[in-house]
Amino acid sequence: MTAVEARPEQTNEIGRDRRRKEDARLITGRTRWTDNINLPGMLHLAMVRSPFAHARITGIDTSAAEESEGVVTVLAAKDFDETLGVCINAWPITPDQKTPAHPPIASDRVAFAGEIVAVVAARSAAAARDAAEMVEVDYEELPAVVSLEEAVKDEVLAHPDLGTNKSALWVFDSAQAGTGGSVDEAISAARTDGIVLERTYRQQRLIPAFMEPRSVVCDPTGEQITVWSATQIPHILRFAFAATTGVPESKIRVIAPDVGGGFGGKLQQTPEEMIVFALARRLGKPVKYTETRSESLLSAHHGRDQIQKLTLSATKDGQVTGLKVELDANLGAYVAIVGGGVPVLGAFMFNAIYKFPAYQFNCQTVFTNTTWTDAYRGAGRPEATYAIERLMDELAAEVGVDPLAIREKNWIKHEEFPFTTIAGLTYDSGNYEAATAKAKELFGYDELRREQAERRANNDPVQLGIGISTFTEMCGLAPSRVLGSLDYGAGGWEHAQVRLTPTGKVEVITGASAHGQGHETAFSQIVADRLGVPFEDVEVLHGDTQIAAKGYDTYGSRSLVVGGEALVRAADKVLEKAKPIAAHLLEASVDDLEFTGGRWTVRGTDQGMSIGELSTAVFAAHNLPDGVEANLDSEATFDPENFNFPHGTHLCAMEVDTETGQVKMRKYVCCDDIGNIINPLIVAGQVHGGLVQGIAQALWEDAVYDEAGTLVAGSFVDYLLPTAADTISFEIDHTTSPATTNTLGTKGVGEAGTIASTPAVVNAVVDALRPLGVHDVTMPCTPERVWRAINEGSAGGETTGAAAAHFDQSTGMSGNVDRTEGDVQ
Amino acid sequence: MIPASFDYVAPTTVEEALAALAQYGDEAKIIAGGQSLLPVLRMRLNAPEWVIDLGRIDSLKGVRDEGDSILVGAMTRHCDVATDPLVAEHAALVARATATVADEQVRHRGTFGGALAHADPAGDLGAPALALDAEFVIAGPAGERVVPGSEFFQGLFETAVSEDELLVGVRIPKHTGWLAHYEKFVRVAHQWPICAVGATLKVSGGVIEGAAIGLTNMGATPLRAAGVEQALIGQQATEEVVRNAAALAADGAEPPSDLNGDADYRRHLVTVLTRRAITKALGG
Ligand SMILES: Cc1cc2nc3c(=O)[nH]c(=O)nc-3n(C[C@H](O)[C@H](O)[C@H](O)COP(=O)(O)OP(=O)(O)OC[C@H]3O[C@@H](n4cnc5c(N)ncnc54)[C@H](O)[C@@H]3O)c2cc1C
Repeated sequence: MTAVEARPEQTNEIGRDRRRKEDARLITGRTRWTDNINLPGMLHLAMVRSPFAHARITGIDTSAAEESEGVVTVLAAKDFDETLGVCINAWPITPDQKTPAHPPIASDRVAFAGEIVAVVAARSAAAARDAAEMVEVDYEELPAVVSLEEAVKDEVLAHPDLGTNKSALWVFDSAQAGTGGSVDEAISAARTDGIVLERTYRQQRLIPAFMEPRSVVCDPTGEQITVWSATQIPHILRFAFAATTGVPESKIRVIAPDVGGGFGGKLQQTPEEMIVFALARRLGKPVKYTETRSESLLSAHHGRDQIQKLTLSATKDGQVTGLKVELDANLGAYVAIVGGGVPVLGAFMFNAIYKFPAYQFNCQTVFTNTTWTDAYRGAGRPEATYAIERLMDELAAEVGVDPLAIREKNWIKHEEFPFTTIAGLTYDSGNYEAATAKAKELFGYDELRREQAERRANNDPVQLGIGISTFTEMCGLAPSRVLGSLDYGAGGWEHAQVRLTPTGKVEVITGASAHGQGHETAFSQIVADRLGVPFEDVEVLHGDTQIAAKGYDTYGSRSLVVGGEALVRAADKVLEKAKPIAAHLLEASVDDLEFTGGRWTVRGTDQGMSIGELSTAVFAAHNLPDGVEANLDSEATFDPENFNFPHGTHLCAMEVDTETGQVKMRKYVCCDDIGNIINPLIVAGQVHGGLVQGIAQALWEDAVYDEAGTLVAGSFVDYLLPTAADTISFEIDHTTSPATTNTLGTKGVGEAGTIASTPAVVNAVVDALRPLGVHDVTMPCTPERVWRAINEGSAGGETTGAAAAHFDQSTGMSGNVDRTEGDVQ
Repeated sequence: MIPASFDYVAPTTVEEALAALAQYGDEAKIIAGGQSLLPVLRMRLNAPEWVIDLGRIDSLKGVRDEGDSILVGAMTRHCDVATDPLVAEHAALVARATATVADEQVRHRGTFGGALAHADPAGDLGAPALALDAEFVIAGPAGERVVPGSEFFQGLFETAVSEDELLVGVRIPKHTGWLAHYEKFVRVAHQWPICAVGATLKVSGGVIEGAAIGLTNMGATPLRAAGVEQALIGQQATEEVVRNAAALAADGAEPPSDLNGDADYRRHLVTVLTRRAITKALGG
C-alpha cells in the first residue's frame, strides 16, 4: 500500500500503524472461539435437515436414533411448545408485508433444502451425528419455486397458504417525496430528445462464507442462562430470546466471544440458537451445537440475489435527467431479521455521487424455496452502486466520451457540500474531484488507455479494459429517528463506557461487537490519545451483555463512526469528572489546570498529576472534594444525526483473453476518502479484504441452485472463494474530507472496498470487449460467459446447475458402484 | 463433518494389505493420501467399516529406474513426483502436471496411485499417464497383472482395479528428451481443471518425430487426442501445423456440462489449450 501522507514525528496514537493486539490469539486459535468452550456435562446437538426444497412432512420416526449409543433425546417440532420461540423479522418494510411464521424447526412443511426438521442431543458430537443419520423423515415433495424470474409469476408458490410469492412492494418516488421531479416525465422527454438506457442486471446470490462456522453453547445452570454464540449481535440476540421465549431479558446473558468473521452472515437470530437455548433449558444441562461447513453454506443466510431493471434518461450530451429502478429481491423462504430491509438500504444509494433531478425506486421482495437471504457485506449498497456505476459506463459509451468525463459532468462538486440528494439524504462532506485525480495519477490512466488503443488496433487476442467505480455509500448505521421512520424495529445508537482501575489502567467497554475488525486496537488508540495513557494500558471489553450491558453491535460500518464517537464522549466525561478532583489534590483552581499528555498541570508551576495517579487517589478516596463521588468511570450513548458517507474512486484494468474468455486482473488502484484515519494498517486490511470480496462477486462466487432447489455450489469446491493466489497487489491511497458528524472526523471503511470493486471489475471486462459489440457480461464473469458474450452477443447466459463430483463414494473401486446421495451434514 | 466410526488397519507389506482386503471385502476402503477419501467419509457419502492405510508400506513409495521405463510407486506423494529427477528426465509431462495439482497442502498428502485409482475425470494425472503409454501394475490375490491406460480407466471414478486388488505402481516408458507442457485451465488456483491438455513431443531438426497429447476432463475418462498426434508426427513444428493439428483436439470427445462450462464451450476451449500446450512445449 501507499503511505497515507508523510506523517510528522509520531506523537499521537491516532494515525499510527499499530499492529492489531488481538491478532496473535485470533490467528493461533488459542482463544475462546465458541466451539472451544467445553462445560462439564455438556451435551452436543446435531440437526436433521430437509434434503428437499419444498415438501410436506408426513412422518418422523426417531426410534432408531433414540436407541443409538450416547443419545439423550431426539426431538421434532411437535415436542416443543411456544418456549422454543420464533425467528423474528425486525424490519417489516411495509405495513402490509407478508411474513410467514418462521419457527426454528419446521413442523408440517419445509420451505427450503436445509431447513431443520429434528434435532438430536447426545453425549458427543459424533454420537449426535450418527443418530441424526438414523432419523427417518417421510416427505411428500411439493413443487418448488427457485428462481426470482419464476417466483414473480406466482405460478408455483413458496408458501401456498400466502397465495402469492410477493412479500412487500417498497417505493420511493422523488416527485412524491418532494425531493425532485417525475421520473416518468424525464424518461418520456428523453425518448423524444435524449438518451434512454434500459438495462437489466443480475446480482447473483452470494454466501457470506465467514471463516469460523457458527457455533452456540448454552449453559442453563445458574440464575442467568448464559449463551455463547459466534454472532455479530449479542445484544440483539438477547432481546430476541427474551421477546420470543418468555424468559425475561434479565435472566439471559449472551456472550459473543472471539468470533471468526461474519460479513453480515452472523447478523442473524438463527434457528440453531433458538434450538440450543430451548434444549439446554429443557434438559437442564449445557448444550453445544457447531455447524459443519456444508451446513454453513447451505443454511446460514445468503446474500444479494436481486434482479435490477433500470431505466436511465439523459440529455444527448450525457446529463442524467432521471433514473427508475424496478427491483426484484429474493428473500428466500422466510423474511430474515433484516430481510427485505437489505434492498431498501440500497434505495438511497442508486443516485450515488450524482445530481439526478428525478428518481424512482420500486422494490418487490419475493419468496422462493431457497435459503433465506439477509445482510452481506455492503447490504443493499453494493447492489445500488453496481447498477449506477455500470449505467454510467453505458451512458459514456452511448454519448461517446470517457467514462470519467460522464461522471464528472454529473457528480456533486466539492464546493456543493453539504448536499441534499434526490433520495433525501444530506451528504456532509466529500471531494470526488480530488479522489479521482489522485486515483488517475496512481493508475497511470492515460498510459493504460494508450495501451488499450494499441491492443485494439492490433487485434490482440488479449484485450485490455479499464473499469471505473466512483462510489459513495451510507454507513454508520444509523440515526434512530430515521430507522423509526422506516419502520425498523430497533434504534441505531451506540454505547460506551470508560473505566479506570485503581492502578491507573483503562477499561473500555463498547456495545459494538467486533468479529475480526480490530476494534481492540483502534479503540485503544483513540482512548490512549484522549486520556494520554499508554496504548498498552487500554483494554477493550465487548461482546458480553453482562459487561457491555448496552449496545447495538457491529454491522453497517458503524463501530467506529457511531461507537467510536460514544467512546470519545465517555472519555471526555472521565476528564470532566477528574478535573475538579485534580484541582483539589493539586491545591489549585480548576481554571489554572491544563490537561496535556495524560497529565494535569497547574499553569505556571511544575506541579502536576497523571490520570493514573488520580485514579489511585480516587480509589483510596482519602481526600476528595466534598460532595464528589469516588468514581471517574463514565459512559455515553451516541445516536448519530446522520449517516456517514465515505466515497472513493476505484480504477481497475483487466486483461481479457478473447480466445478462452479468461479474465485476468492487471492493475487495481483505489483512492478512498474515509475522513480521518485512526489506524492506516487496519484500514488497509479492511480495504484489501473488502476489495477481494467485491472482486469475487464480479468474477467467482455464485450460489447456484438447480431447478429442484438443491444448492449445487454447496462446498468450496464449487462455491469459488479466491485465495491470495488469485488476486494481485492493490494500490490504495486516500484523500481526506473529515466527516462533520463525529468528533474524530472518521468515516466507515468496513464495506467500502466490497461496495466499490464489483462494478469496477465488470466495467473493465465490458470495456475490453466493447469494440466486439459486448455491452454486458452477467456476474460472475466466468470464462464461459465472457466467451459467449464475445461469440453469441449475449451477456453470457445461464450457469448449468450441476456440479462435477470430485468426491465420489465409489472412488477407486469398480463393481458395485452405488451413487445414492448422502444426506446433508 | 464427522465421519461415521470405522476400524483402522495399517499393514506394512502389500501382502498384508491384500490379506486385509480379502478379509474385510466390500466393508473396507483403502486410504492412500486421504485427500479424496476423507472428504467422502466426512461428508458421509460413504461409511466403510474398515479403513486400510497404505501409508506404512515403504515398497510402494518412490520412483525406480527399470531400464526402458520408470516405475512410480503408488504411494509416492505428489510433491515427491513433481520434484523427482527420474520423472523430470524421463516423464517430464507427469512432473509438469503433478505440479499443478491442487495446492501445497494437498500435494504433500495426496499420492500418485491414489489420484489415479480415484479416477476423477478432472484429475490431472490420468491424461499424462495415458499419453505416455503408462502401464498400471495391479496386485491381487492371484499375483500381479499389468494393464494399459486404455483398459485402466473404465469410466467415471471407475478403474480396472477390482475390490480385492491394489494399484501398486505405474510403469512409464522413458520419454527421455521429450519436450512437455501441461496447460491447465482453471478459474481459481486451487481448482480442478475445467479442461487441461498435456502435450509431449519429440523434436529433431525442427521435425516432430513423436507426439503424445492427453486431454483432461473432456469425457468420463482421460483421453488421448490421436487425431492431433497424427497431424503433428512427421511435420515441421510450424505455427500453422500446430494450429491445424490443435483444431482436431475435440474430435470424438464428449465433455461434461457443469457449473464451470457447458460441453460446447469445453470443445472450443480444448482446441485453444491444445495449441497452447504444444506451442509452449516447443518453447513458444
Ligand atoms: C482441495 C482439493 C483440491 C484438489 N485438486 C486437485 C487437482 O487440481 N487436480 C488433481 O488431479 N487432483 C486434485 N485433488 C485430488 C488429489 O490429487 C488427491 O490427492 C487424489 O485424487 C487422491 O489421492 P490420495 O492419495 O489422497 O488418495 P485417497 O484419497 O487416499 O484415495 C482415493 C481413492 O482411491 C483409492 N485408492 C487409493 N490408493 C489406492 C491404491 N493404491 N489402490 C487401489 N485403490 C486406491 C481409495 O480407496 C479411495 O477410494 C484435490 C483434492 C483436494 C482435497
